Amino acid sequence: MSSRELILGRVRAALRDGPAPGPAPRDYRRSFPSADLDVLVDRLVDYKATVRRITEDAVAAVAAEIAGGTIVVPEGLPSDWRPSDVLVDEGDPGLAPDRIAGAAAVLTAAAVAVAETGTIVLDASPDQGRRIITLLPDVHIVVLRPGQVVASVPEAVARLDPARPLTWISGPSATSDIELNRVEGVHGPRNLHILLLES
Amino acid sequence: MSRLPELLEQLEARVTERGGVVHWAADANEANAIVTDLVKQTGSERVIKVKSMATQEIALNEALEAAGIQPIETDLAELIVQLGEDKPSHILVPAIHRNRSEIREIFLKAMPGVDPALTDDPPVLAAAARKYLRETFLSTKVAISGANFGIAETGTLAVVESEGNGRMCLTLPETLITVMGIEKIVPAWQDLEVFLQLLPRASTGERMNPYTTMWTGVTPGDGPQNFHLVLLDNGRSAVLADETGRQALHCIRCSACLNVCPVYERTGGHAYGSVYPGPIGAVLSPQLTGVEDNASLPFASSLCGACFDACPVKIDIPAILVHLRNQAPHSRAERAAMRAAAYTMARPRLYARAQRAAKLARIAGRRGRGLPLGWTDARDLPEIPQQTFRDWWASR
Repeated sequence: MSSRELILGRVRAALRDGPAPGPAPRDYRRSFPSADLDVLVDRLVDYKATVRRITEDAVAAVAAEIAGGTIVVPEGLPSDWRPSDVLVDEGDPGLAPDRIAGAAAVLTAAAVAVAETGTIVLDASPDQGRRIITLLPDVHIVVLRPGQVVASVPEAVARLDPARPLTWISGPSATSDIELNRVEGVHGPRNLHILLLES
Repeated sequence: MSRLPELLEQLEARVTERGGVVHWAADANEANAIVTDLVKQTGSERVIKVKSMATQEIALNEALEAAGIQPIETDLAELIVQLGEDKPSHILVPAIHRNRSEIREIFLKAMPGVDPALTDDPPVLAAAARKYLRETFLSTKVAISGANFGIAETGTLAVVESEGNGRMCLTLPETLITVMGIEKIVPAWQDLEVFLQLLPRASTGERMNPYTTMWTGVTPGDGPQNFHLVLLDNGRSAVLADETGRQALHCIRCSACLNVCPVYERTGGHAYGSVYPGPIGAVLSPQLTGVEDNASLPFASSLCGACFDACPVKIDIPAILVHLRNQAPHSRAERAAMRAAAYTMARPRLYARAQRAAKLARIAGRRGRGLPLGWTDARDLPEIPQQTFRDWWASR
């Protein structure tokens, strides 16, 4: 007998008393007023991200100023967001890891943001690129449109496509492993900048 | 849990459709053999690891080392534990028993290429780990992870973390091997909206943890191009068969029960002598490995119930502890003494006589001398009062 059959057999035998599936109550908060951008900004800043509220035509200049050097961008990033000094990752095959790691920053869009938790979600769409490009540089600059911001986690889950690789980001990389002191910045980008576009 | 067989089959089908390979491991030995073989097939002599309770439970690192493969822990606390040749003491912060100067000394002694001028400032120590591990992340072709959740409906797996070592391991290598206990399954994508709110809040008190990665099989051109999922039983089906104990399988490993437990606070995690420490460990370990192997754990509690109050998935830990105490082996002398006590206490005149005898014994000898059970090896017998309650009542 294969281990698969063995395990499934054991599990079925364990459930011989026929326990009914517990109810899955959905009476927790699931509907929300429209997202409050000020709440999002407050939560992002609380988690040590830097937030700027700018107009769309200023993205390239502001990103260049934050990075102060070469910026990695995904192939699908809107062309008018691109600063002059960029390395374009064309996906498969894309930039070598050491070129990505050597850049001053990475600039991407996002899929969804959650105001209540200060979370940005990337789904590897063409304007966000492969997961590796947002991981190796020390500075991550995210451009966020107001329409992408939802109030709560349930709304974000409903908007996302589980078939895509998803990265949920709430502030920069952090650890509390040494005497429970919070240290911002371990392996991921140590600096997270959000450019929130004016509607 | 009541739909576990169909959900496991559904998860297997979805992961396979998306280019992953699913393996089934009935016990720790089989899981270790599967993972070791998979690593050997890649030709890699080194693997990077994301912190995982399941791989600790099956002692995967020891099995890999025995096969000549070097496992490198990438979570900061796990790295401290590994470099210090030590054991974890907490589910969430495994190196909580080490202070900053000890960590500095461990790094100076065991971390290759470390700056000898290292200070014990936590940001400096974290930066040393970043520098040391960065090269390893980029040059290792195989990663091993656990999973916080596996979604049957979509075949999606989720890893919840803080440092970014999880993202590194789940994104950079060519091959990813995930070892997941069969109880980590949730039925629907929508269920994540509940658990993504429960886990970080119960675990670290954050509104949301810094990083969560979710992936479904293989994504061409992005991340590992070979994905293996090892579904681990290792005693879980036996836990499921116990009507009282099965609720322990709902545990999401948040460690809230450790943080409120007065016993854990005094003893620390090592005293439990099992992979899962604290109140949840006291109910999970004996059930997974047999009560005989962890006979003292169900008693390592005052049954105060703080764990039950703190548990976000409402596991009635005190009830399971009492249930397991009934199953734990008791010595013949202990059982005889308890039976005699029960007989005496049920008969008032006999009880009164026993109290008088106890008073005489107090005059006769040193406290506790002659008790057969070794009970006084580590504690004092309470002093028997001069006057019994009945005597006091009669003379009032």
